[in-house]
Amino acid sequence: MSMQLEHSPTTGDEVITNYTINFGPQHPAAHGVLRMVLELDGEIIERVDPHVGLLHRGTEKLIEQKTYLQALPYFDRLDYCSPLGMEHSYVLAIEKLLNLEVPLRGQYLRVLFAELTRICNHMLNMGSHVMDVGAMTPNLWLFEVREDCLNFFERAAGARMHMAWFRPGGVHQDVPQRLLDDLGVWLDTRLPTLFEDAMSLVVDNRIFKQRNVDIAHVSKEDALAWGFSGPMIRAAGIPWDLRKSQPYDVYDRMDFEIPVGTNSDCYDRFMVRVEEVRQSARIMRQCLAEMPEGPVSSDDRKVSPPKRAEMKQSMEALIHHFKLYTEGFHVPAGEVYVATESPKGEFGVYLVSDGSNKPYRCKIRPTAFSHLQAMDFMCKGHMLPDATAILGAIDVVFGECDR
Amino acid sequence: MHSAPKSASHDGVAATLSAALGDMLLGTTEAHGELLLVVKRDSIEDVLRLLRDDHEYQQMMEMVGIDYPDRAERFEVCYCLLSVTKNHRLIIKISTDEATPVPTITTLWPNAGWLEREVFDMYGVLFAGNTDLRRILTDYGFEGHPFRKDFPLTGYVELRYSEEAKRVVYEPVQLAQDLRQFDFMSPWEGANYVLPGDEKAATGENGGGAK
Repeated sequence: MSMQLEHSPTTGDEVITNYTINFGPQHPAAHGVLRMVLELDGEIIERVDPHVGLLHRGTEKLIEQKTYLQALPYFDRLDYCSPLGMEHSYVLAIEKLLNLEVPLRGQYLRVLFAELTRICNHMLNMGSHVMDVGAMTPNLWLFEVREDCLNFFERAAGARMHMAWFRPGGVHQDVPQRLLDDLGVWLDTRLPTLFEDAMSLVVDNRIFKQRNVDIAHVSKEDALAWGFSGPMIRAAGIPWDLRKSQPYDVYDRMDFEIPVGTNSDCYDRFMVRVEEVRQSARIMRQCLAEMPEGPVSSDDRKVSPPKRAEMKQSMEALIHHFKLYTEGFHVPAGEVYVATESPKGEFGVYLVSDGSNKPYRCKIRPTAFSHLQAMDFMCKGHMLPDATAILGAIDVVFGECDR
Repeated sequence: MHSAPKSASHDGVAATLSAALGDMLLGTTEAHGELLLVVKRDSIEDVLRLLRDDHEYQQMMEMVGIDYPDRAERFEVCYCLLSVTKNHRLIIKISTDEATPVPTITTLWPNAGWLEREVFDMYGVLFAGNTDLRRILTDYGFEGHPFRKDFPLTGYVELRYSEEAKRVVYEPVQLAQDLRQFDFMSPWEGANYVLPGDEKAATGENGGGAK
């Protein structure tokens, strides 16, 4: 579309045409290395062409060269804001091929920490979304919650971010009772105080609403057709949550609600995440109350390694340990697609095994791929500054999108 | 029993779908809790349209390329469908080679665009009818299809910033150390290669040195 400025005394017969700008790849609101080629008519976005792949590391190719256990830490490095959510899909895919049972305490621990990961992820996303549209304080307050989460991860797994704690057959190590007690206290005191304080600044804020309400409306039909999942599809009013509809681990024992949006705009997406944090806390409380004693990892020694103390006494345990950490375990031939509800949506792993100790093919379904692809139709007709709000509400992380 | 996600059961689904798909269907397998339908390549669009419109598979969540270099049609493309109303997942599979294009399904699901671009980028599978089949994950101007099994893990080129040229330059990859490829095959379980030092054992030239 072009506009002729006929009556302008200065421009004469100049024609103002659409112009194209680069958003990113180094832009603080791009949430990573995203390059978007925006075609603008004045300040109105006409067309968006996201260029992804600047963080492509060939994870799937690397995984084909590693044993099943060695490939696990790559998943932490996909969506580095919710590492355990990524590991969850992968270990479940291996367990599905092996048909391996996980002890109940292991399943509870996984759910407990997957929900802590969800809180941790949403703190980062909501904080940066709010900051993208102009508020500074809530981000700093939410980061305090995130810091607490990372400390809990450190106490459970020894690492703050790249835990590699979920293993095929359970989790790597049991957690001390003190950690569970502290988590319970944290859920009742610090989390509600800090989180609700921060939210009181945001949810009814006039500026925040002006920037988000009625931005990027997506109908139910579009949300389905574009392959939306997670908070994006729930904001469109479809109560679809894999934790509820296709439960894994002990989610079928948990009592929680699925928040849905009514207007399907950026504000709804934000509010769905706000409620998800409260529901996650609810699930965590149930996990803490119901968690049984017992082993945390499968006792199938062909898959999960023996305890170190056992290795000092038993020759067989020593052999198992040696075999598992050199050759690794063999997975029966076959292919499975396992998708879990990661904090950002449906995170899937398509695992093809040829019966050896390495995956033949491991396709990772990133949540951001379908959401980011919809940027074009979500942004069309909106103003340039709205693009950052839309991007913030998608919750995109490029480690996962580009793999 | 594993604790992976449990969706609706596959009971009767294979029979219903094979009746509906008729001769477009080449085979059905149900293993490891996954229902997998192999269909004809040229009818993939019709199959998926039928599944979407008549059988409530509203979402196409994922498209997977797999490379089997030993086969005549070396590539497989899998489409992972999801029905949010029936709470059921389905995998549709076709096979193709380097030269034969696969009909696009961007006409059915808009999110197939990037997924087809990814399969094209990584494997070189062509999609007929996709109007925007650019590379997506690899670098601008990249050559080759990196996820093919015959593409080396290290690639062919490496890049660095050249102080002389004042730009990023590409050079043939040089490894300071060989890539470590471990051999996990146990000699006790029948290695299918000659063990180091055993080269002359079969020919009998050495004769064990007891002459």
